[in-house]
Formats: sequence, C-alpha cells, structure tokens
Amino acid sequence: MTTNSNLRVAVIGGGPGGYAAAFLAADLGMKVTLIDPEVNPGGVCLYRGCIPSKALLHVAKLLEEAEQAKNWGVEFAAPKIDLTKLRGWKESVVKKLTGGLGQLSKQRAVTFIQGKAAFLNSTTLKVTKSAAGGEETLTFDRIVIATGSRPTVVPSLKIDSPRLMDSTGALDLADIPKTLLVIGGGYIGLELGSVYATLGTKVTCVEMMPGLLPGADRDLVLPLHKRLEKLFSAIFLNTTVKSLKDEKTGIRVTLDGADVKEKEQVFDRVLMSVGRRPNSEIPGLDKTKVKVNAKGFIEINEQRQTADPTIYAIGDVAGEPMLAHKAMHEGRTAVEAIAGHKVAFEPNAIPAVVFTDPEIAWAGLTETQAKEQGREIKVAKFPWAASGRAITLDRPEGLTKLLIDPKTERVLGVGICGPGAGELIAEGVLAIEMCALAADIGMTIHPHPTLSETMMEAAEIFYGQATDIYRPKK
Amino acid sequence: MATEFKLPELGENIESGDLVRLLIKPGANIAEGQPVMELETDKAVVEVPSTVNGVVREVKVKEGQKVKVGAVIFTLEGGPAPAVEAPRRHEPVEHVSGQQAARLSFQLAMRAEGKTEEQALPPDQPFAAPPAFSMPVQLGKVAGTEQRDPAPAAPHVRRLARELGVDIHGVSGSGPGGRISEDDVKLHAKNALAAATAAAQAPRAVFVEPELPDFSKWGKTERVSMRGVRRKTAEHLRQAWNTIPHVTQQDRADITELEQLRGRFAPRAEEAGGKMTVTAIALKVCASALKVFPQFNASIDMGKEEIIYKQYINIGVAVDTDRGLLVPVIRDVDKKNIVELAAEMTQLSKKARDRKLSPEEMEGGTFTITNLGGIGGTGFSPIVNHPEVAILGLSRSRMEPEWVNNKFEPRLILPLSLSYDHRLIDGADAARFLRWIAEAFEQPFLLSVQG
Repeated sequence: MTTNSNLRVAVIGGGPGGYAAAFLAADLGMKVTLIDPEVNPGGVCLYRGCIPSKALLHVAKLLEEAEQAKNWGVEFAAPKIDLTKLRGWKESVVKKLTGGLGQLSKQRAVTFIQGKAAFLNSTTLKVTKSAAGGEETLTFDRIVIATGSRPTVVPSLKIDSPRLMDSTGALDLADIPKTLLVIGGGYIGLELGSVYATLGTKVTCVEMMPGLLPGADRDLVLPLHKRLEKLFSAIFLNTTVKSLKDEKTGIRVTLDGADVKEKEQVFDRVLMSVGRRPNSEIPGLDKTKVKVNAKGFIEINEQRQTADPTIYAIGDVAGEPMLAHKAMHEGRTAVEAIAGHKVAFEPNAIPAVVFTDPEIAWAGLTETQAKEQGREIKVAKFPWAASGRAITLDRPEGLTKLLIDPKTERVLGVGICGPGAGELIAEGVLAIEMCALAADIGMTIHPHPTLSETMMEAAEIFYGQATDIYRPKK
Repeated sequence: MATEFKLPELGENIESGDLVRLLIKPGANIAEGQPVMELETDKAVVEVPSTVNGVVREVKVKEGQKVKVGAVIFTLEGGPAPAVEAPRRHEPVEHVSGQQAARLSFQLAMRAEGKTEEQALPPDQPFAAPPAFSMPVQLGKVAGTEQRDPAPAAPHVRRLARELGVDIHGVSGSGPGGRISEDDVKLHAKNALAAATAAAQAPRAVFVEPELPDFSKWGKTERVSMRGVRRKTAEHLRQAWNTIPHVTQQDRADITELEQLRGRFAPRAEEAGGKMTVTAIALKVCASALKVFPQFNASIDMGKEEIIYKQYINIGVAVDTDRGLLVPVIRDVDKKNIVELAAEMTQLSKKARDRKLSPEEMEGGTFTITNLGGIGGTGFSPIVNHPEVAILGLSRSRMEPEWVNNKFEPRLILPLSLSYDHRLIDGADAARFLRWIAEAFEQPFLLSVQG
C-alpha cells in the first residue's frame, strides 16, 4: 500500500487518540507535529483519568481483599496508609508511562510542542508554547483535532470551594476525608468513590436515575450495587442535589429524594462526577469549515473527516462513547484515511469497562438496547456460582451472559460482571468482530480453572447443556 | 525551466490511450487532483488528474490523439512547487460519469484477479486533494456504528470489501449464520464486474451497426467522439429498447385543485430548501400507486423465469444537465412526505448539474419519472429505464375546457404518458395504474385512503 511521505500533519491533543494518530502518521512517513499542554503526551487518560485511577483502584482492591481474608483464616492488622507515599506511587506510574510516550515520540521524530493551538485557517495553526515561550505560526496539509473532554459542572451547583472536587481533584488525593458525597452514579463516581471508601472515607452516592450506571444492563449492575451498599455508607437513587453551600466545617448539601431521611447533610468533600463534555471550543475554529453540533461534538464522517476536508477529529471531541480505546482506533482510522487508504471507522463492538469491584464490562448489543429496538434475541447466562475459579476467589456473585441472534446463532453482545471482567470482555469483543456463533465459543477449549470458562459455558447454556449446570429434562 | 506534466503510468500493460476529452486549456489555473483529460485505454476510460499546481502555458496534445505514457501533456508558467508525487488510490468518487464507473470496474477486475494495487490501479487523484466530505446520517454519533446492523464479516473482510468498493451489506455470506468470508467478497466483486461487463458488451456483440454512407459526399461534416454520459445513455437506451416490448398508455389528470394546494404549501417546501414542483408531488403519487400495484415495482429475470418484486420504492427522476440525461434516484419515497421529497429533489438536481452525483445515487431505482412539462409538449413515449418495468412521463399542463356539471369549465389538465414492459404488464393493468395516478392527482386524499 502506498503512503504519502510528504504530508505535514498536526495533531492537536496528546491523549490516547492523539498520540496513536501521531505515531501511526510518523510510522507511515509523514512529518508529524503533536501539540499538547503537558510535558509529555498522555492526555487526561494518563495524567488524570484511566491510569492514575487504576493505580488507586489496585490499592483499593488489595485493602478489600485483606479485609476479606478474615473469612479465609488470615487476619491482618488494620492497614496504615502513608498518603504521601501512595500519592507518590500513583505519580510514578503516570510519570513512567507519559515519559515512555515522550520517548516514543522522539524515536519516531514526532515534533512535540508543549503548548496550545489556535486555528488561523483550515491549514494554519498559531501555536503558543507554554514551556519554551513564544508563538509560532505553522502550516500543515492535514490537521487532526484530538482535544478530548473535561468534567461537566452543573451550573447551579458551582461553588468556589476547595472541598468541591471533580475527577481531577479527587485523583490528586489531597487527604482522606471523613465523609464524601459523590454526585453521579456513573463509572467515574463509582470508581473514585470505591477508592475513597476503601481508604476509610464514609461515602454517600446520589444518582438522579433509578439505578447506578445508567445504560448498563440491570442484571450486570445488581452484584455491584449489592457490594457497594456495604462499602458505601449510603446510595440514594432517584435523588438530586438541590444546593451546595460552603461552610467552615464542610459543604452543606441539600438532597431531594424519597429515600433521603436527612435532607440537609454536611460533607468534608464533594465529588462531582456527572459526565464529561467535549473540548470543542478551540480558538479560531470558526475560521475553518468545521461544524460543531448542539451537544458540542465536532461533526465527522466515517473517515473521521470534518466538514472541512483538511481537518479530521477523533476521540471524545468527536462523539460518544468517550473512551480512550475508541479514540485510539479512530486516530488510526483518520491517519490511514489521510494516507489514502480506503478505510472507515466501522467497529462491530466498542467495549465498555467499569473498573469497580466487581468489574462490569460489556460489548456489542445490550439487553436494554435489544428491548428498545424490539429485537428478538436469546440471552444465555452463566452464573459464576457454578464456576470453580470464582469459588476459589470467594466471588460467586458474578455473571457472564451472551446475547445471541436466535436465527443465525451469532453472538451479538456480551456482558460480564465480576473480578477481571475488563480483561475477560476482550474475548467477547473478538467474538463479535469475527462474527462468532455461540457454537464457536462453546467448542473452543478454555483453560481450566479460569473465569474465561464462563464464556464457554454461557455458550453451552444457549444450546441447552452445560457441564457445570444441571437442567432436568422436561 | 517550466514544469511539465507527463502522462503517468496507467497500469499494467497499458502503454497508451486515446485522448477522448481535454479538460484544460492554456492560461487556465490547474490544481493537483483536478482532472486534466479523459483517456480511453483498451481496458477502461480513465480521468487523468494533475499532480502539479500552476497556470497552464502550453497544451501539447489534442483530442482524438493517441497519448503514450511519459508523453508531455502540458507545461506550466514559471517554476511552481512540485506537488506530491504519490498518486491517490481509489478515493471516494467525486466527479461522476460513465468513466468513473468504468474505472471502478477496472479496479475491481484487477483486484478480483488477485493483482496488487501497484500493478493494477490506474493513478487517480493525487494525495493533496482532500477527499470529498460526506456527512453521516446521524450526526454527532459514532459514524458507522449506529446506522446499520453490523455486517457478519470479520474486520479484515470488511476492509477488503471497502477496498474493492463492495458494499459489505449486499454480500451474502456462505459461512454458518451467514458469515461473510474473503472469498464471498471476491466472488461478489467478480459477479458485479461480470454483470457490468456483460451489460456493457452484450448489445455490442448482438447488435450489428448498419454501415454508414459517406456523408461528406453531400457536404462538410465534423466527427466528435461520443463521450461520457452521451455514450452511456446511448448504450443503455439501446439495450432497454431491444429488451423491452414497449407500450405507452396516455391519460390526463385534472390538477386545478392540486395547483391551488401547491401554491398554498409551496412556502413550506421552500422553508425546507425545496421547490414544490409537480415532479415532487408526482413522486409521492407514484410511490402510493406502486404500493397498490406492486407489479409496476418489479423486474423480470428471464434467465430464471422469475419476477422480482421489490419491497422498497426508489424512484429515479430524469434530470437534464449540460452533459446530458442523468437519473438520480430518491430512496424510500413511500416513507417521505412531499416537503422532504421536494427538498431532496432540489438537492439532487443541483448535484446532478454540478457533476457531484455519486454512482450510488444513480443506482437502485425501481421506477422512473420524466417531466418534460417545463419545456412543453402534449405527450410523448418515454423509454423504460431497464431493468425497471415502467416509466411515467409528464407533459406541459394547460387550461382546457372540461364538461363539468353540464357546462364547459376551464380546468388545468396534466397529460400523463406511461410506458411499460408488456412482458410483465398487460394493457388493462396499465390503464388501471395510470387511472389511479390521475385520480390521485385529482383527489390527493386518495393517497391517505389507499396509498
């Protein structure tokens, strides 16, 4: 396949989408400039998102298991938490990974500019260098916008208080507050809420909708909900926050919900995690033909090209779902399109993972969507109570399910709840992308004893017979 | 030294071609990617794009001439910056013509035969020309994930289909559960090509052109190569005429009241960016009629002795452009209202005239409407757009005296001409069908009652 070696390509934003795009472009021989305000590539994901939160969740899991070990005849003394050291470890993880990306940029001869970009026209950027100082006007053949997203703030709850945090503030881990209110029962709120709760904070979570993790299938959420009810001091569904007021001793919060007994409560800290919004307010974007829709997303076509033919947009700024792995795939698609390859962004499944304990992961069609579309499917569920590996982990509450087209027997969706669901879902994504039939999974030998067997046994259940579950004949 | 543009490599075993049409002239600005000329090789007609930017100084070739690879086509004023060398391969089609279709077939053929792109593909537009932008249907969502159900094909198979220009959703899978394999895609591409080639060559093979006299005996003549749309139209219509036993049924519709409604609702169409034309209304009327009379929304497969009834209603509308007749197709007409149809019609006509129609936008029709009323005439016999089985012609509506309630009244009368394929449709069916259409024009309420 030919590639164009002469194109000058700028990538604005060094998150996973941006650096994946920049690196591929460089590998295809293009002259690449990557612009990001941080010292190294990485973006929100590495600096204040996926990566640091996973480092902390790893610690949270250890604390929980140490606690649970009592049931297995092993008892530890109460853990001593050295917050400075913990924070330092988290930061070292971030530094190692972002430094590695900086290294990879250099090796690929990507020009990395620490700064911010503004459009002068469809091909020209004015780059303000935040570290080196000064401004530079640069012209490119193609520009990829990968500016990502930022936490949404509810305007009526916007108060000026160091006690009010967004996800970035929560990851800074300034202290371990006695009490924390998490506004929003989405994945960010539940992940960070879990971290603080295991570190000893009394966490209260409020969610406006009737269930945690709106959008995910209820049967997958249930085991998590049960566990979080024990870990958190309270979970209020169908509940909204009416007001926040900064006081000497904390933030006074007014809650509005049927289950809430004390409508007014004071919390040491409040985490607002009600969603993220695209960073499409790029200076000078109005000097291009790029179109931004009502929700603030940049409009793109299958090649990730915007209404301005020289400009592409990828990742959070270009549409839902706002996930790093979607952005990376889009970045590669955009660059291939720029190189002249005949490509389109056309995945059959984009996996979603919630890194709580238990983890929840799904890919492809969900039961909720199937119901909305009035689509006939068969759901084959394998409860982890019948999995040897789950029993050895003392985690029988998990669930693996396959959503199957009854006519073709094709696997259309996979949902998993349980420890390691995020790793297990990859097999499901591959199955959907490769158009596997339930039989293909059922007849594939899975290693024993592992949690991955639950995929195989769910497939067997679809055909009415599974080794570890007995169903009497009718 | 002035920059020269030489004819680039066109593909394996192609050393030269006939210059069918020259698209540049001295003094004109030329940009990378802009077509320079149409060149006919023994395999296909290709558009040759420029790889340089600048002002054309001298054109070194003439139409009708044989041009060899490496020959200088034109020179540029001064010494402009050399453009990107590598040619762009198989990009989405921008300028659409018979040539484009031929080129796509050519690419398909080469790929299906397992040749590499380097060997097979003629140079297309250069890299620096950004490909056309086409907006996804659902904006702001992840394009390509929500519009259709995922095709049952592995990622590498989907990519192969895209590279071959095959719509993966149209390929039938031979694997379990309808899974599409690489071979399925290749077979589909080969069949599509064979069909295209057969369609293009069959009439040539069967039909022997009678010899022409020497016209110059009687006076001066000029020979111009029949290019692009004209040639395609000629081939297509000859084939339609040879295949289909045509009959034309005539009728008239009283549109006096409809005309008033049309005036009243015209502003709504205008708000939606369309014009409330008789054609837009005719689209709606025909869609309803086709639902009631499904044999008019069908095709004939004589080879298998089967009738193919289509469960979708896509109507082509003949558009007169400076290049000749083009027939953009409006999809799912039965699911759209007149204002939407008017807007889409306006858009497609503009695209047709601006040469922006893609081949896909001219495919998949189940019925055709041709309106000559804007020019005049009292009636005509349109030719059925094969493989469809019927076509409706509209002529100029005019005030005529009609015998209403025991006296003559001036009424606005629209002449209708329906040509149909007598192999499938009998005269009585056609008369009923056209009467239904005439009545729907007269009483639009019929659309809601029966359509």
